[in-house]
Amino acid sequence: MREKTAKELRAALKAGETSAAALAECYLAKIAAEDAAYHAYNTINERAAAEAAAVDKRLADGLDSPLAGVPVAIKDNIATETMPTTCSSKILQGFMSPYNATVIEKLAAAGAVLLGKTNMDEFAMGSTTETSCTGVTKNPWDTAKVPGGSSGGSAAAVAAGLAPVALGSDTGGSIRQPCAYCGLTGMKPTYGAVSRYGLLAYGSSLDQIGPIAHTAADCAAVLQVIAGYDEKDSTSAKDVRFDFAAALTGDIAGKKIGLPKNYLGEGLDAEIRAAILAAAEQFAALGAEIEEFEMPMLEYAVPAYYIIASAEASSNLSRYDGIKYGYHPEGFADLEDLYLSARSEGFGPEVKRRIMLGTFALSSGYYDAYYQKALKVRALIRQNFDAAFAKYDAIISPVAPTTAPRLGESLSDPLAMYLSDIYTVAVNLVGIPAISLPCGFDAAGMPIGMQLLGAMWSDDKLIDLAHAYQLHTDWHEKSPARKEAE
Amino acid sequence: MEIDAKMVEYVAELAKLRLSEPEKAAMQQDLTKVLQYMDVLNQLDTADVPPLTHVSGVENVFREDEAKPSFGREKILQNAIAVEDGCFKVPQTVE
Repeated sequence: MREKTAKELRAALKAGETSAAALAECYLAKIAAEDAAYHAYNTINERAAAEAAAVDKRLADGLDSPLAGVPVAIKDNIATETMPTTCSSKILQGFMSPYNATVIEKLAAAGAVLLGKTNMDEFAMGSTTETSCTGVTKNPWDTAKVPGGSSGGSAAAVAAGLAPVALGSDTGGSIRQPCAYCGLTGMKPTYGAVSRYGLLAYGSSLDQIGPIAHTAADCAAVLQVIAGYDEKDSTSAKDVRFDFAAALTGDIAGKKIGLPKNYLGEGLDAEIRAAILAAAEQFAALGAEIEEFEMPMLEYAVPAYYIIASAEASSNLSRYDGIKYGYHPEGFADLEDLYLSARSEGFGPEVKRRIMLGTFALSSGYYDAYYQKALKVRALIRQNFDAAFAKYDAIISPVAPTTAPRLGESLSDPLAMYLSDIYTVAVNLVGIPAISLPCGFDAAGMPIGMQLLGAMWSDDKLIDLAHAYQLHTDWHEKSPARKEAE
Repeated sequence: MEIDAKMVEYVAELAKLRLSEPEKAAMQQDLTKVLQYMDVLNQLDTADVPPLTHVSGVENVFREDEAKPSFGREKILQNAIAVEDGCFKVPQTVE
């Protein structure tokens, strides 16, 4: 049996078949019984039952929103006032934010009920959720495999039926890649569409919060609630006007979709290539026009991305000094020793590696050769995307070169792990939206994902393309076999 | 770009990280490998390309300088390593 979507839960709530309190209780019980097998959650919201009861009162008074009464899981790098926010890092164990992120305030206003905070790669740095200091998260499709990362806990929670929808964050693919590995639909919105106030910063020119769900329609429901201008985030756009309800037409006749031939070449699993080509054919059958083309610069996105993301991380993470918040070392001789001890004992190996890489790229003598060079390459990559979107409504692309790898295979070779982000990072470098959705399974039964990339502010049109595909396919309705057997 | 042991120590100092000897050796190897890969960017002629620092097109964002309520002092201090007289207490910084 497949899991319920937020849209279905809303319909059941509206029909009086269930209540916010009953839904919260049901998901909390499932988490208590089953999450030990996955470790999707770092923290469970102890107030969820009380908050759901309060939402039921508001529902009775006529509250209506796409998420009213719907339970939601939150990635543990989004600040919550009543639950710890840890980024799955030792340096933030027990940290209680003095404020809620704007997306949390918006979810509360819309009547969503928070189930808890989900596991992630430490500070969102990783592609497998194995760099978490709270332990690895396992893929519900095969618990010997990774759920992807960095939003692996959010993806595992939704895939395992431990939340109907979740929030993740995407700096270089951290929503889209775990969705591909876990058979889910997730979206990295246009940069500036969703407030980042209260999102613990990694790469500020790249980070964006977005939904992880079963369907494109649920992604629309979440974005309807969380998108919009926020004066507390000076990078949020003033004029965000998506009408997702009207956008979900399912009619994509005449849409032009570009298929970059060079994205399907060497290095991509044959089964994924076949699934992408089949998806392109499906879009053609729905009336879209598919055109093959060459998308230049693919091989330059990963090096440019890792220089820029690491440089921004080294700057953003300089705030962790062991004084105002975070891990406090036991003993220290003086201020310098306090800084060094807090940071060296508090950060894990991958975070240290990226801080070092970024500090190097920003250091005097290397700034021009690395950081500045990467920013120029970023401009060239954007020119190429601008040219592509002058011709196409969307680009169809793989999400990752393989399906989910086995646990323990990825961390020993950082460069190989970075290279596996080849299809996702350019989206963040240029700020465009992209939606990842299931389009098949490999021979081992692991989900395969594809992504659709669009021009800036085409989020609603992209969701409609994915929605049309899902109206005519059922990949998104499959659930892990373990539960089907029950 | 080859990273030597001295460079690892210099960058660690800038980043306020104390690395053990095995950590330094691994960092030297990892950074060298990653940076050598990044040298692929030098294949591109970017002499006349302006750097793209930000994708939103937003310039400076200004607001009126109005006094507004802040978080309470207690909330701000709730995660502190040490508190004295309603302030963060830190080790002596000036002799």
